[in-house]
Amino acid sequence: MPHDHHDHLSPSGHPYRADNDGPLSYWQLMEIAVRELLIEKGEVTSAQVAAQIDAMDARHPSNGAKVVARAWSDPAFYEALMADAAKATCEMGFDIGPMNLVAVENTETVHNVIVCTLCSCYPRNLLGLPLDWYKTREYRSRTVKEPRKVLAEFGVELGAGVTCRVHDSTADMRYIVIPARPEGTEGWDVEALAVLVTRDSMIGTGLAKQP
Amino acid sequence: MYRTGAQVRIRSFCPPGHIRTPHYLRGKTGVIERALGPYENPEQRAYKLPAPERQLYRVRFSMREIWGEAAERPDDTLDAEIYEHWIEADHAP
Repeated sequence: MPHDHHDHLSPSGHPYRADNDGPLSYWQLMEIAVRELLIEKGEVTSAQVAAQIDAMDARHPSNGAKVVARAWSDPAFYEALMADAAKATCEMGFDIGPMNLVAVENTETVHNVIVCTLCSCYPRNLLGLPLDWYKTREYRSRTVKEPRKVLAEFGVELGAGVTCRVHDSTADMRYIVIPARPEGTEGWDVEALAVLVTRDSMIGTGLAKQP
Repeated sequence: MYRTGAQVRIRSFCPPGHIRTPHYLRGKTGVIERALGPYENPEQRAYKLPAPERQLYRVRFSMREIWGEAAERPDDTLDAEIYEHWIEADHAP
């Protein structure tokens, strides 16, 4: 009788999975307390807090994909991007704020990959929130020591004729990789090109999709 | 000010605090990839102390320099941002 009085089974007969059933952590409680105090004292409104969360969630790798597709298509923009990426992308509406941005380009002979060994620096205005794996000690420590092995685990095999350049985002710069433009995309417009640009291809742990 | 291409050594000391120079690069020799301009020193800024501006550089190291001959591929490179007070001119013998 699978449905009889088994506390660890749901009425459908499946085991219950752990969920967020435990008490709040110290920092979760602290965040709620500080946020409620700020609202109570009139420093911010709950609408402002919600709007900021919406603004953070609105940042998405499709922003970065627009930058890459334009760099592939528009030689003047490409030059401006390589010279001053923060300025060039700000003019597209992607403001990185007080940080600065460096664009690095993959070619037939160079493959770039980005890591932040000290924390989780990431070009959030172009790619959204950093991924959990990007923040792990494993990715951060191994990418500076054995990048080719790490890339192979992501499915990117670098040939013998390719130099791997790792960029450790240690201070005020943020980085975006401009992946190599796939062959067979001559004459494509920027909207079509942007669809080929994946999030991982802009971190260097992936390549642009083939058409 | 260092120019692009200048050979430099990263200082090897261990002050406490919010340090942006990773341990694995301390004492290593590299080449200035580019000068990035002045930024407020995060070692003070992190504590909301008056933070003087310091020149920030991108320094390029070979994997051989960092990890020795055991490097996965000695001619691959690693670039990191290093503040001027962590850099000294390298006078190789």
